[in-house]
Amino acid sequence: MIRLSIPLRMALSRLSLPVLIAAAFGTMLLGKADAVLAERARTALADVLTPIWAALREPVGAARDAVQAVRQLVTLREENARLREENERLRRWHAAALALEAEVDMLRRQLAFIPDAAPAFQTARVVADGGGTYARAMLLAAGPQHGIRKGQVALDERGLAGRITEVGQRSARVLLATDMNSRIPVTLEGSRARAIMVGTNGARPRLQHWPEGVLPAEGERVVTSAEANAFPAGLPVGVVRWSASGAPEVELFARLDRLDVVRLFDYGLNGILPPETSVRREPVRAAGTPAARRTP
Amino acid sequence: MKGRPAPRTGLLRQVDGLARALVPTATTAVLLVLAPVAAGLPGMVPAVALPCVYFWSVFRPAAMPPPAAFGLGLLTDLLTVGPFGAGTLTLLLTHGVAVRWRGFLARQSFLLVWLAFCAFAAAAAALGWGLQALLGWKIPPAAPGLTQAGLSIGLYPLIALGLTGLHRALQQADAT
Repeated sequence: MIRLSIPLRMALSRLSLPVLIAAAFGTMLLGKADAVLAERARTALADVLTPIWAALREPVGAARDAVQAVRQLVTLREENARLREENERLRRWHAAALALEAEVDMLRRQLAFIPDAAPAFQTARVVADGGGTYARAMLLAAGPQHGIRKGQVALDERGLAGRITEVGQRSARVLLATDMNSRIPVTLEGSRARAIMVGTNGARPRLQHWPEGVLPAEGERVVTSAEANAFPAGLPVGVVRWSASGAPEVELFARLDRLDVVRLFDYGLNGILPPETSVRREPVRAAGTPAARRTP
Repeated sequence: MKGRPAPRTGLLRQVDGLARALVPTATTAVLLVLAPVAAGLPGMVPAVALPCVYFWSVFRPAAMPPPAAFGLGLLTDLLTVGPFGAGTLTLLLTHGVAVRWRGFLARQSFLLVWLAFCAFAAAAAALGWGLQALLGWKIPPAAPGLTQAGLSIGLYPLIALGLTGLHRALQQADAT
């Protein structure tokens, strides 16, 4: 240890705070000037911590399940009645779907229609919150040989959750559809009108830029649009809800507050990605993708 | 025969002192790393960082020097997404102001210290909002900042309870 005289040491300790505040400003400028550096540092840290988070997720998940179970016990009767009613309704839809499927099959046979290839997908576990005060993101744990790419679409079992924005060795970050910086081209299913779904950091993103003469209707289904080549068309997003202040919002199908596992679909689209990522595209996966990865 | 244990000497004493000096920073760092596991509550990391740095700056500033606050801020920035460096600056300024006012704050009751923390949290939220607006070059909504402040104010008693216990243990260790 270096021995310093007491006045010098005092002067140093008095100076350290201003110097470090200046260094914080420097960090800010550095982060602004070289965004890739900050992103790399974040990804490297996430890679290191992801195994720890994945291990900690188990007890946290178990505790949450226990609370959930107690809560469900309280509402068991109502829940049962609701489910019976829903089951009845779904049975009718099931019959309708079977009839429609048969009809579609028949029409396809007549038209010699070539269906789209089923997209490959992989599932990844959500291990930690990857956002901040002004960001909504989740961190995913991925195996060391994962094929996750930037720009992949993440869906939970119900609908669209977000997109992959950062990929590391063992982790990946999903920017959620509710994030302030999220802009998703959508189609209003009833009127086929295009619009942009803008995240607000709140639970419900807003709808903007719909064409004149069309008004999003309360309860109308919202699906993704293939505009700008960022998303495939027709992924379920949510339903339109008019807020109390008179703005159309989207109630997402995906339950972003309790994401556990997401499916990452590779549609091979790379619209709206920063140039540096679209330049070094990974080679297209070999034709012999395992059958288990295909959608049924 | 009862008596105080003999004072430790030499290397052991140095290691002991070093460990004691590192406890506050290390516990804060561990809490920060664990905070994101509570996914579903966004903004947990900065909400945990602020009470920890404030508490140690007021009650044990020797164990929370400016470089430690800087390092914890950097860790906060790396664990969250947002303008890089904003968390570092917030924590450093919190540390600086808390240390300056600690002569007054450390003698007050828990309630008053908490009230002062509310002001700190509000100021930190305002600063964060301003930095976000400046660095993102876009006016961000105010709600996330307010939620953040509310979350850290609500977490403060819980964190302070744990840290007070730790602080007492460290004081006892100092006394021997």
